[in-house]
Amino acid sequence: MTKLLIGNLNEVDIKGSRKLRVGDTEIALFRLSSGEVLAVENRCPHKGGLLSEGMVCGSKVHCPLHDWRIELHTGEVQAPDTGHVTTYEVEVDHATGSLYLTI
Amino acid sequence: MTVKRKKLILVGNGMAGVRAIEHLLKLAPEAYEITIFGTEPYPNYNRIMLSSVLAGGASLDEIVINDLEWYRSFNITLYTGHTVTSINTAARTVNTDKGVTAAYDELILATGSNPFMLPIPGTEKEGVIAFRDIKDTQIMQDVSQKYNKAIVIGGGLLGLEAARGLLHLGMDVSVVHIHEYIMERQLDETASRMLRGELEAQGMKFLLKKQSEAILGKKRVKGLLFADGEMAEADLIVMAVGIKPNVELARSSGIEVNRGIVVNDYMETSLPGIYAVGECAEHRGIAYGLVAPLYEQGAVLAKRLAGAPTEGYAGSVTSTKLKVSGVDVFSAGQYIEQPGTKALRFQDETEGIYKKLVIQDDKLIGAVLFGDTNDGAQLFSMIKKGENIKGREKELLLGLPADALASPKGNRLEGMPDDEIICGCNGVTKGTIAEAITAGGCTSVGQIKACTKASASCGGCKPLVEGLLQLYAGEAAVTVKEGICGCTTLGRDEIVAEIKRMKLTTVKEVMHVLSWSNEEGCPKCRPSLNYYLGMLWPEEYVDENESRYTNERYHANIQKDGTYSVVPRIYGGVTSPAELIKIAEVAVKYDVPLVKFTGGQRLDLLGVKKEDLPKMWEELDMPSGHAYGKTLRTVKTCVGSTFCRFGTQDALGMGIRLEKAFERLNAPGKVKLAVSGCPRNCAEATIKDFGVVAIDGGWELHVGGNGGVHVRATDLLCVVKTDDEVLEWASAFLQYYREQAGWNERTAQWIERVGLDSIKQALESPEERAALVERIQKTLSLTTDPWKQIVNTPELRKNFEAISLPETV
Repeated sequence: MTKLLIGNLNEVDIKGSRKLRVGDTEIALFRLSSGEVLAVENRCPHKGGLLSEGMVCGSKVHCPLHDWRIELHTGEVQAPDTGHVTTYEVEVDHATGSLYLTI
Repeated sequence: MTVKRKKLILVGNGMAGVRAIEHLLKLAPEAYEITIFGTEPYPNYNRIMLSSVLAGGASLDEIVINDLEWYRSFNITLYTGHTVTSINTAARTVNTDKGVTAAYDELILATGSNPFMLPIPGTEKEGVIAFRDIKDTQIMQDVSQKYNKAIVIGGGLLGLEAARGLLHLGMDVSVVHIHEYIMERQLDETASRMLRGELEAQGMKFLLKKQSEAILGKKRVKGLLFADGEMAEADLIVMAVGIKPNVELARSSGIEVNRGIVVNDYMETSLPGIYAVGECAEHRGIAYGLVAPLYEQGAVLAKRLAGAPTEGYAGSVTSTKLKVSGVDVFSAGQYIEQPGTKALRFQDETEGIYKKLVIQDDKLIGAVLFGDTNDGAQLFSMIKKGENIKGREKELLLGLPADALASPKGNRLEGMPDDEIICGCNGVTKGTIAEAITAGGCTSVGQIKACTKASASCGGCKPLVEGLLQLYAGEAAVTVKEGICGCTTLGRDEIVAEIKRMKLTTVKEVMHVLSWSNEEGCPKCRPSLNYYLGMLWPEEYVDENESRYTNERYHANIQKDGTYSVVPRIYGGVTSPAELIKIAEVAVKYDVPLVKFTGGQRLDLLGVKKEDLPKMWEELDMPSGHAYGKTLRTVKTCVGSTFCRFGTQDALGMGIRLEKAFERLNAPGKVKLAVSGCPRNCAEATIKDFGVVAIDGGWELHVGGNGGVHVRATDLLCVVKTDDEVLEWASAFLQYYREQAGWNERTAQWIERVGLDSIKQALESPEERAALVERIQKTLSLTTDPWKQIVNTPELRKNFEAISLPETV
């Protein structure tokens, strides 16, 4: 488990996303309207679509390729589709806006 | 020369007043110097969301509608924690309890309501509160940490929401109500009894037909004594028996007051230059306490203050929606039967569903829904429109078309083998659907869609899915009215009408006011609402990038491997050696794996990495070809009279002119044009959304063609003589399409739906055409090239790059 300083809150738009690479893994970072910042592996289990390019609705992202829905808190694919995406813990330091990712 | 701004004062920093100010700033941003006084120490927040705060669904920060930055950005002087205590109407000044005096030219009173406190002994004791503002909410949260027993006086909407919140905070809650059934002002007795049953199952207790007589206790409340001599213990008493318009300031200033501050249809009070809006105002004898009427009033007042024409406010038909954990209740209009009305009822105690429609003279005048409120918005819009529903009454009550259960067309489906594919898009077999119905308990097409994905993509197999539903579910089959997506039951026209009527201005607001079932919508409704708002309010609306599809967000087509493609704009398909060299150099420099021509005669650079897009755009220095959006794609052309021996007109010139005129136009669907220079039609203009074909001495204008999934040849709209007329008709046609079609509806589908004649009729008169042309030009004049904008805006450009290398902490 490594904790990384990955950037600042203002680098991610609300209802928007940024991606980053850590070793061989590409991670998509999302900032929800609720203020939460969540991170998942940037790969839809269906056909490998980039989740960072999808539309964020509430705490779910819709894959841009075939509209699979993924709950960002848990990484669970929503019915009727099934599957799971790896999630990563993100901490926000609200005083400085710094974002920390644990991988 | 600067015009001296008039001074506008708003008394009351709440939802109604600030809403009117927001509107005014859109209509006349420079007209007034604005000062706002508010008693509470907060900026404008959403009072409706207090129940969510109490129930733990939202934080205080989240319910702020306009933060302090908003006031600053419009140079509004804001006094929080100030109560205006008097108005000097002769000198046109107001005075606050903290000694501030301010002068006004125009004055808005938006003083809201006060909670009605029962005139019984003991209301001053500690632990007796109302449920009206942030302070009350905080007290409830604090008390629940230390005490256990709460009583809510009042079994109306507000009381039940307070009680629900207190239950959530872990308190033992009893609701005291003077009537024998709760929510009697919104529900009939049956629905009320069902609601009480549900709430009791959740742990709420009820003391009905109880008149409160005195609050007991020394310093702090201990209990409540009733008129029948009985007593109930309480550590906290929340009064939620009603609200009364806050009219003291108006009354003491000599403004005419009845129950509320009396206003006319333009929100004007009895004194010149003084207006009232929101809960404190009484219009035609009614003081409203709901959000929709307050929005409508705010829109009228803003127009009045901006000097814009308005027909005035004519009152509102209101509806109630209560959403307390798992209980859905809806009522609207006159839901209690009166002489001369007829009622239809449906009651299903196994499912806990009750519906009632009240009808008078073949019109729906009221409705109550319990347990299944999906049709609420649709019924509400019928009540407001007053449309004739003769012959559809049962259909509306049950949500079933009249012949739904009567048609035996299941024969072919019955004989079909189980492994036959019904839905080709998602590969769903008859067997899978049958199982979803028989074993999975699906009773509607929507449920089957959610459970198997059948009919979830193109929708072409929906009739078959419906047939199977009837075959296997029989009488249990339910037809649910489908809205524009699963988040709403409202159709396109209803939504557009409501946006116009209430002047709704953001996607979030539309979803909130029209009771969306998913708070942030889905990839179907978000882009639709974004389009409708932009179409309706071209000048005020700020496009929501986050509500657009990937392709439109990044102004490039996403490919299956996550790379993108770049298609620069080449007007009319006419390029030059220098331009080609430039494109080739960029393609070489960025190692573009595939270069090809598109179907619309443009060059496509495919396989580009997202982070390279802005750099390539910058080096190409060409406008975006919009090959990715619901907008004008390309204008396909033939060579025309420039070189062709058959050409009768300059097709290239016309193509370039049209492409320059309409590039960047947002439309419901993609828009393709073509210009052929003679009737041989080499540019295939008769399968385009708008096709132009030259004839000797003029142009034929064709509309509604499509060469995609369902090929459709165009219809001839008209024949014109001059180039300018081509532009005029194209502008009018495209604008009419923009205003009338549903989002994602191509011109071909739209014409099939509304008929060519209706379009011809709409474009018939030169005045109508001129108005449409003016509107499209206004819209077009506000567009900019997206590639340039991204290249020059770091805030937008950052989203194309990965976050740089993280550091270990």
